[in-house]
Amino acid sequence: MPHTDAAAVALARDGDSEAFRALVERHSRAVYRLAHRMTGSPQDAEDVVQETFLRAYRQLGRFESRANFSTWLHRIAVNCSIDLIRSRHHRETSHDAADLEFADAANDERTEHSPERLMLSTEVQDRVNTAMASLSRMERAAFVLRHFEGLSIDEICQALGMKANAAKHSIFRAVRKMRVALEPFVES
Amino acid sequence: MHLTEDDLVLHYYGEMTGADEARATGHLTACASCQASYTQLQRVLAIVDTAPAVDAPTGFERIAWARLEAALPARRRGWLSWFVLSPARLAWAAALVVLVAAAFFAGRLLPRPAAPVTTASTAAEKVRERILLVDLGDHLDRTQMVLVELVSADEGTGPVDISTEQARAQQLLAANRLYRQTAVSTGDTAMASVLDDLERVLVDVAASPSPVSQADFDAVRRRIESKGLLFKVRIVSSEVRERQRAAVQQQKGI
Repeated sequence: MPHTDAAAVALARDGDSEAFRALVERHSRAVYRLAHRMTGSPQDAEDVVQETFLRAYRQLGRFESRANFSTWLHRIAVNCSIDLIRSRHHRETSHDAADLEFADAANDERTEHSPERLMLSTEVQDRVNTAMASLSRMERAAFVLRHFEGLSIDEICQALGMKANAAKHSIFRAVRKMRVALEPFVES
Repeated sequence: MHLTEDDLVLHYYGEMTGADEARATGHLTACASCQASYTQLQRVLAIVDTAPAVDAPTGFERIAWARLEAALPARRRGWLSWFVLSPARLAWAAALVVLVAAAFFAGRLLPRPAAPVTTASTAAEKVRERILLVDLGDHLDRTQMVLVELVSADEGTGPVDISTEQARAQQLLAANRLYRQTAVSTGDTAMASVLDDLERVLVDVAASPSPVSQADFDAVRRRIESKGLLFKVRIVSSEVRERQRAAVQQQKGI
């Protein structure tokens, strides 16, 4: 198995499937995490992983050996996630922030635990994941692209085919839901 | 005037333009209430950063490769070497070019039939649908055979050689994935669900080591049986055949 990504890419370009397998085994987990964050669905994340590596395989010839393979792959994965989100018929299942049922329970627990402890707890992580799951597909995509991927609102508009106002409001709504879900855990 | 919640979000992400940004920064320095809201927002978003993304299930790398391997296109040499290395192919290509050119000129010289375009395109669509149904029916039959072989294999105690089933599962995976995606995009949820279950079993089989341990083999069999997969495949297969027959009847009626 080639030790570096650059060596594996060089071999894979020449048709060495074992070298490409090494790249898949090294990077598929990271691509899955990104895709799951973007799509919010394990099934969609698996499809994105598959499509990402298929595209990468077809475009290996265009990959510059001095570049970082994981950065290049990450970019492809973001594009694949965006394509999948855009191609889906949106079944918006978002709930209004007021519908988040856990707000009261969180208030009760605030007195029992210090915020520092809760910051590290799986409970907070669960809360973040639940809040993320409450976002609509477009809210989630816009928020992840802005917050985690660092794209500007203009870039998000282009990527998701939205108008500037729609992209902004998707992000505003997403942040509002995060605040409702997580404010009980932070000190005022 | 205080900053709105949306202003704070734009400021946090550096999305405000020159004058607005200066106003927001100035106001935050002077207004304790807005500063408190902004600090609160920063803390909330910091918590979001601490939550790790959902991880893939155990053994995902193996499964990802099993799915991919079947779908990877063969890497080709340059097109020039393809011809240079094979004069026979060059002759075939030349013949094909002549044929296409002849067809093009014949099309220009011969009088055109006045058949309505819509009828022709509808007929073509129906033919495509029939071909798809035939392909899907065959795919389900082949998959069913693999499942039957796995379920009806003799009970044993030692490792089981499933290399034949593995090779076939690998061949079926790429097609299964395409059919599943088509079913999802056309809203055929029942078909998509069966194909999704099938895909998982095919991935399990394709990605298993061979010979597989008796325990792992039993697990695959249990998965097939617990989901009633064989029964479901038979049902959708017969539905597909029914649709196929209906399409043929309709075609004859045109």
